[in-house]
Amino acid sequence: MSTTIVETWAVNMADLGPIYPFVGTEFILFIVGIVFWIGFHITQLRTENRLYDEERVRYQDKEILRKVLLGSDEEE
Amino acid sequence: MSDALLVIFTEFYYWATIPLMFLIHVGFCMYEVGASRQKNMMHTLMKNTMLIPLVTITFFFFGWWIYFAFPNGPGFIGGIVDAPHAVPWSELMGAHLGGAAATDTTTVDDNASWARINGVFWAAFLLFSWTVASIVSGAVIERIRTGAFLMMAVLVGSVTWIIDASWGWHPEGWMVKVLGYHDAYASGVIHAIAGGAALGILIPLGPRIGKFCKDGTPRNIVPHNPWLVSIGLFLIYTGFWGFYVACNVPIIAEADIGLTGEGYTATTIYLTPTTLSAIVFNFLMSLSGGMIAGYAISRGNAFWTYSAGLAGLIAASAGNDLYHPIQAMLVGAVGAVCAYKLHHWVEKTFKIDDAVGAVAVHGYAGFIGLVIAGFVLWGHPATAAYIEDVALINPVGQFVGAVIMFFVLGFLPCFILANILKWMGSLRVPYEIELAGLDNVEFHGRYLDESDVRKAEIEEAKERDLI
Repeated sequence: MSTTIVETWAVNMADLGPIYPFVGTEFILFIVGIVFWIGFHITQLRTENRLYDEERVRYQDKEILRKVLLGSDEEE
Repeated sequence: MSDALLVIFTEFYYWATIPLMFLIHVGFCMYEVGASRQKNMMHTLMKNTMLIPLVTITFFFFGWWIYFAFPNGPGFIGGIVDAPHAVPWSELMGAHLGGAAATDTTTVDDNASWARINGVFWAAFLLFSWTVASIVSGAVIERIRTGAFLMMAVLVGSVTWIIDASWGWHPEGWMVKVLGYHDAYASGVIHAIAGGAALGILIPLGPRIGKFCKDGTPRNIVPHNPWLVSIGLFLIYTGFWGFYVACNVPIIAEADIGLTGEGYTATTIYLTPTTLSAIVFNFLMSLSGGMIAGYAISRGNAFWTYSAGLAGLIAASAGNDLYHPIQAMLVGAVGAVCAYKLHHWVEKTFKIDDAVGAVAVHGYAGFIGLVIAGFVLWGHPATAAYIEDVALINPVGQFVGAVIMFFVLGFLPCFILANILKWMGSLRVPYEIELAGLDNVEFHGRYLDESDVRKAEIEEAKERDLI
């Protein structure tokens, strides 16, 4: 019993094709991969928007922005 | 020579190009971080770094298939070409020993041909993809949102550049067969398209705050670390060796590509014979032509001397399989001067803030190099010997090809996507945050920690009566 098509290496290599586990699930893996990829972009955009919305409000405080721009001590 | 040796040599050859080309990306990251201001360093680094995984997975999902499926357009000289080894659910897109097929996605012949080559060939092309996206990355630093950039990196790195490669950098691409397009080391298929894409983003993105005076005169935004910039550019030069070598097929029987002899040869990507000696001569001579011209015209400016070396190499790349070394040097010099002049003219005239000169060094130099190759190589066969209808290199074909690379596949898709993102409010960081610095916002905790640690150190030093 093996998750791959190889159960022994004592074979003719001409009989061996793919040696990764669970041959036959490639299309499902492809769909999972696409979801993973698209999910990253959505998460990135949401996270970035939330962060910038919050920080934009903070830096609209003139004193904080002044300190950052003039290079004085970081704001508490 | 045994077929097995040919296959194993080819497998190892492409594998060896991959770590060399990886240095291009290391170089781009160092270059960009050095060129950015301290308040934006980490954002700049992570933006470029994250294109690596995103372009990689999308190039696996569809980029590799596009290269083999689209040489006819599709729709210009035929339909979509069957590419069973390159679809992402193919059994050949994984560890495979080349024997019997275990699924219905491939045949025994597909497996025998592709099992040992597919992954290394895919990776070599993938590293080209990173390069294209990374070129764009430098131009837009210090104000683009990472999320927006990464979507455009996928568009350029896994869709548009590989379409152009299929059209103009494939032995049976329609541009090669119809236009006589010749671009052996990718002046257009990588550099012109990347430059065009960068310009397509820069226009809607706009310049960095403070880049232009009120009267429109551009200000220099000085790199915070010129040494890092220099090392980055040297690393790009180093990685470029792998890039050139990966553009070749290392060994193939003459009979397999339509020649009449019984020997073996290396070939270009178009399966036309070449030698590594030819490209070594021309690589170094065109780099040198660009550096000398850049040093002279910029009066010894380090940034432009290094960049002009790249521009020279890029301009000559289209014909560097064929040029005489002194021709390569001269083409390199012309490309470098044009890139330098055009960068400053466009910056001043149109208020385009290209932070690292990417549009000029890659886009304009690549475009001009293609056009020059059309004149210098006029009448030389563009197509491989096995293709019956011989297409000849010519100025019109090269000019049309340059327009397709720079504007049609480079500029337009990114200009459209960037404008959509701008309309969504997702292209550029908010004004206040750009002023404060992207690192102050995205890595805020780190700065607070640094501040806390410094205060703690002072406290302890006081307690010990040291200060």
